[in-house]
Amino acid sequence: MVQQTVVDETRRPPAIVAVEGVVKRFGRFTALNDINLSVRAGEKIVLCGPSGSGKSTLIRCINHIETHDSGRIVVDGVELTDRMGDINTVRREVGMVFQSFNLFPHLSIVENCMLAPMKVRGLSRAQAHERARGFLRKVRIHDQADKYPGQLSGGQQQRVAIARALCMQPKIMLFDEPTSALDPEMVKEVLDIMVELARDGMTMVCVTHEMGFAREVADRVVFMDHGAIVEEADPETFFRAPRTERARDFLGQIIH
Amino acid sequence: MNSLDFSIVLQAWPYLWSGLLFSLALTAVAFVVGMVLGTCFALLQHFEVPVIAKIVRGYIALVRSIPLILVLFWFFFLVPIVLGHLSGSGRPVPIGATWTAFITFGLFEAAYYSEIIRVGLRAVNRGQFEACQALALSTFETYRSVIMPQVLRVASPIILSQTIILFQDTSLVYVLSLTDLLGAASKLAQLNGRLVEMYLVIVVVYLAISSAASQGVALLRKRYAIAGARR
Repeated sequence: MVQQTVVDETRRPPAIVAVEGVVKRFGRFTALNDINLSVRAGEKIVLCGPSGSGKSTLIRCINHIETHDSGRIVVDGVELTDRMGDINTVRREVGMVFQSFNLFPHLSIVENCMLAPMKVRGLSRAQAHERARGFLRKVRIHDQADKYPGQLSGGQQQRVAIARALCMQPKIMLFDEPTSALDPEMVKEVLDIMVELARDGMTMVCVTHEMGFAREVADRVVFMDHGAIVEEADPETFFRAPRTERARDFLGQIIH
Repeated sequence: MNSLDFSIVLQAWPYLWSGLLFSLALTAVAFVVGMVLGTCFALLQHFEVPVIAKIVRGYIALVRSIPLILVLFWFFFLVPIVLGHLSGSGRPVPIGATWTAFITFGLFEAAYYSEIIRVGLRAVNRGQFEACQALALSTFETYRSVIMPQVLRVASPIILSQTIILFQDTSLVYVLSLTDLLGAASKLAQLNGRLVEMYLVIVVVYLAISSAASQGVALLRKRYAIAGARR
């Protein structure tokens, strides 16, 4: 029972991410059950739902960190199959930010940002360094460039993780609960960066429970439960008048 | 033999020195061969390469259950016969004591280093692999630039222990009539009846080398320490 707002497809830019009938199982547990989602270039989507609803699994399928069992996922014109070449083509254009940052602890902040551009994009050390400096400035952490991840706070580490992903100059950014592992006072500094990124026109798919962020930047809120998309609406509609009982329950729990 | 007389050690020094050099050379070669092969073995298991991973597992289980001294022995006597059969002539192809020692130690240590690296690989957080995937790093770059540097840092104290044990185990080459540091000392000690002096000096040499190695690794660890890491 998917409820969608009717849109005039002809006036919209084509989808940069198309998820069609995707099913994902972990053993006997169905994590994703016939998911259909399309994301247009420049669109910002917030995925929310109770834990175990499949939202993280869904975005992890978009860059093939998780493999889907059936259905189709097409990212920027490339269908994700088992072919490693295609998978890496997609991954080059899709940046990801994890809940637990996953910075490389043995590399300095700037080296964290330089590694993939050098090894994957073929940039020289100097080019990669310049680019890393630029994005570290953008996330306002350039003065810590020579420190190591373990020397930074959680909020700073997550901003570095965003810069590291941006250094690959991706077309799409995926955020998997980027503020869930942070102390409350550090959430804002990360969200501020994400809002700026949204203003710059980045295509973003964010799994988050930060409803303020969703209201501010999301074009669409996608609500999931039990591996299915239950409701899809613009944030104003979703928060003011959720159509399904499950969405109402969920919002009742997270908004105090 | 009531008083200690260390002059004998001075006279014997050139012989002890050549024994020490052999021990060090054998340790160095076995370390390099063992680490390279051992890392390959660990990665083959880590990637669960069909069939080969099982063979490697079996090899490691076998090697670890046999004393090194027996392996040396069998290698020295059996491999020439096997080589003879393979070459078709049927006559044993002798490989010599020195080659036997270097090859056997390398293959033997590979099994132990492999286990150390394998455990180290498991200690690396899954998120590190996912971050590499998300950045489209190739498998080779993932391991070369991200995973192995962390594994080697975690495993370095155990690798050091294993290498010190290896250095001490070089004394087993006496079964091949090769002369290492301990072998040289014991031959001389029995020749001139100065066992106590000789063995005292040898203890000091072993102690000096082992603690120098520990100091060296401690320095390396400090130099390559991960700043801010909670270890």
